[in-house]
This record gives sequence, structure tokens and C-alpha cells, in this order.
Amino acid sequence: MTKIQAIAIISSLLFLFYIGRLIYKGKLREEYAIMWIICTLVLVLFSFWRSGLETVSALFGVYAPPNMVFIGAIFAILIYLLHLSVVVSRLQEQNKALAQEIALLKQKSDQKNAG
Amino acid sequence: MYRIAFVVPAYNEKESIAAVVGDLNTIIKENQLSAEIVVVNDCSTDSTGSILDTLPCIALNLPVNLGIGGAVQTGFKYAFENGFDFAIQIDGDGQHPAGEIPKLIKAQQLNSWNITIGSRFIEKTGFQSSLLRRTGINYFRHLIWLLVRVTVTDSTSGFRLIDRKTLQAVCDYYPDEYPEPEAIILFCKSNLSLGETPVNMRERMGGVSSIGRRASVYYMFKVTLSILFTYIKTSSKKAP
Repeated sequence: MTKIQAIAIISSLLFLFYIGRLIYKGKLREEYAIMWIICTLVLVLFSFWRSGLETVSALFGVYAPPNMVFIGAIFAILIYLLHLSVVVSRLQEQNKALAQEIALLKQKSDQKNAG
Repeated sequence: MYRIAFVVPAYNEKESIAAVVGDLNTIIKENQLSAEIVVVNDCSTDSTGSILDTLPCIALNLPVNLGIGGAVQTGFKYAFENGFDFAIQIDGDGQHPAGEIPKLIKAQQLNSWNITIGSRFIEKTGFQSSLLRRTGINYFRHLIWLLVRVTVTDSTSGFRLIDRKTLQAVCDYYPDEYPEPEAIILFCKSNLSLGETPVNMRERMGGVSSIGRRASVYYMFKVTLSILFTYIKTSSKKAP
């Protein structure tokens, strides 16, 4: 086992542990956690299985294995960012409806108290 | 007797809001209108909220800042829920003189439009805005004509009278940022009739415009995009 492999294994396991803790403490909803767990498991897998990267690259016909990593990672990040934008848009819409409802209700209750 | 709601969106308008509400009350008395003033305080950070408490009007205080579209829609929701027949949108910065309101009402009664827009550019009197703004407004006039074949000379005007049918539509959906030009497409696509009548406007009394000079490029781009998307969205909905 080389030094870099040890570092990779330790950091990806730490990352997995950290995500587990976030879910346990209720700071990360399960639906978002699934994506993170899968990503981390992939990291853990490749830090143990050293020749795995070359095998998978050859399978897809990618000449240089590091390129495979970059393509995969960037693609996953883009998709996830898009997903987050969708989530934020939905939250904003819900937030707006709630704020309007509060303003209308507040006015109604003030009027009742005054009258 | 028609009941009218004056919807006034206000964000940090402490210098002008009292005068705006005062002018509206005068107009209501002079013309013996059955009307209510609904000021929507879009989570102002200045003293607008506390000034509103002392004014004779309905105050809707938003707990978070929603931007002009969300604020106006709150007022429209109030008007719809409380059974008003018409709503007139009037900016809280004093740009829309209350004295021009009878012109809007008269034009609506004459033509029975669903939406009546007060335009600065028909008779070209009163405050005419900067050259940059006018160029932008001309561009929107062409864009809107191209898409829905309706000429609106002042598509960014927030000085509008809408009837109950339109109120119902805007309660369902109203654009957030810079809503005025986009709303025109929405109205036309929902088969609501729309017309303009000449009015005078003033320069704002206080506060700052929601569109700064640097933001104007973003404004043009954003509004163009949302106009096109609204057009596509409403067109495809009708197809099947």
C-alpha cells in the first residue's frame, strides 16, 4: 500500500463518517444524502481497488485514466448543481406563497382585534 | 357601485408613502369612489412600516422581502379574496399622480377592457423618463407586438387598472422580478383584453428605483428571456 492510497482511504472513510453523522443529527435529509453516500462509496471503492480505475477507463475507451475521473466528477457535479437550482426555485416559490399568506392573515387578525 | 382596491407596493418609501396615501384618499372623496387603499410593505428596512400604522389604509406587512412582483401579487390576492371588482396598481414612490386615476377608470368604463394601462407615451406629456429607458421600452413594444400583435407603448408602466377576471388570473401566477412587460404577454395569452390610455407621470419623490443603470442590461436580458418563456409556456399549454 502506497502513501497516497492510505491518504485516499482515510479521507474517503472520514467523509463517509461525516455524512453519516449529518444524517444522524438530522441536518441532511435522506433524499439528498443518498447522492452523497453513493459518491463517497465510489471514492472508497477506488481507493481500495487500485487497478480499478484503469480497468474502468479501458472499458469506456478512455486513454488516460485521470481524464476518466475528471469527466465523471465534473458531470456528476453539474447534474447535482442543476438539481440544487431546481430545489432552490421550488423553495423560493413556496417561501413567497407563505410570506403572502402570513401578511394577509396578520392583517385579518389585526383587524379582528381592533374591531 | 364598483368596489376598487388601490394596490400600492412600497419598499423603503418613507419620504413619499404618506403623501401617496393622502392623495389617494383625496381622490376617493372627490370622486365618491367606493375604494380601499391597500399598501403592501415589502419588508422595508426604513420607517415605512411604522408610518403605515398611522395612515388611513390597509397595511399588508410582508415578513420577508419578495420584490415588486410578489408584493403587488399580495395586494391582488387581498383584493380578490375580499371581493373587489377592480384593482388599480399605483407605485409607492409618487410617480403615479392620484389625479390621473379617474382617466384610467373612465377608459375602462368606455372600452370595458380587462386591463387598462396608463401610458406616458401616447400624448407624450409629463415626465418622460430617460433616453435609455425609453429605448428599452420601445424595444419591448416591438417584441410584444411581434409575439402577440398588440401595441403597448408603455409596457413597463405599473399604473394599471385590472378587473376581477384578471385578478383571478394574477392570483394564480404573477412574475417576480420586473413583472410588468411579462404580465402583458400573460394577459394576452389568457385572452384578456387590454388597452392603454394617456396619463401623466411624475419623477419619483424619494427612494431609489428598483432598476439602477448597471442593472439595466440585466433587466433587458432577464425580461426578454421571461417574455419568451412565458410566450412558449402559454402557447404550448393551449395546443393539446
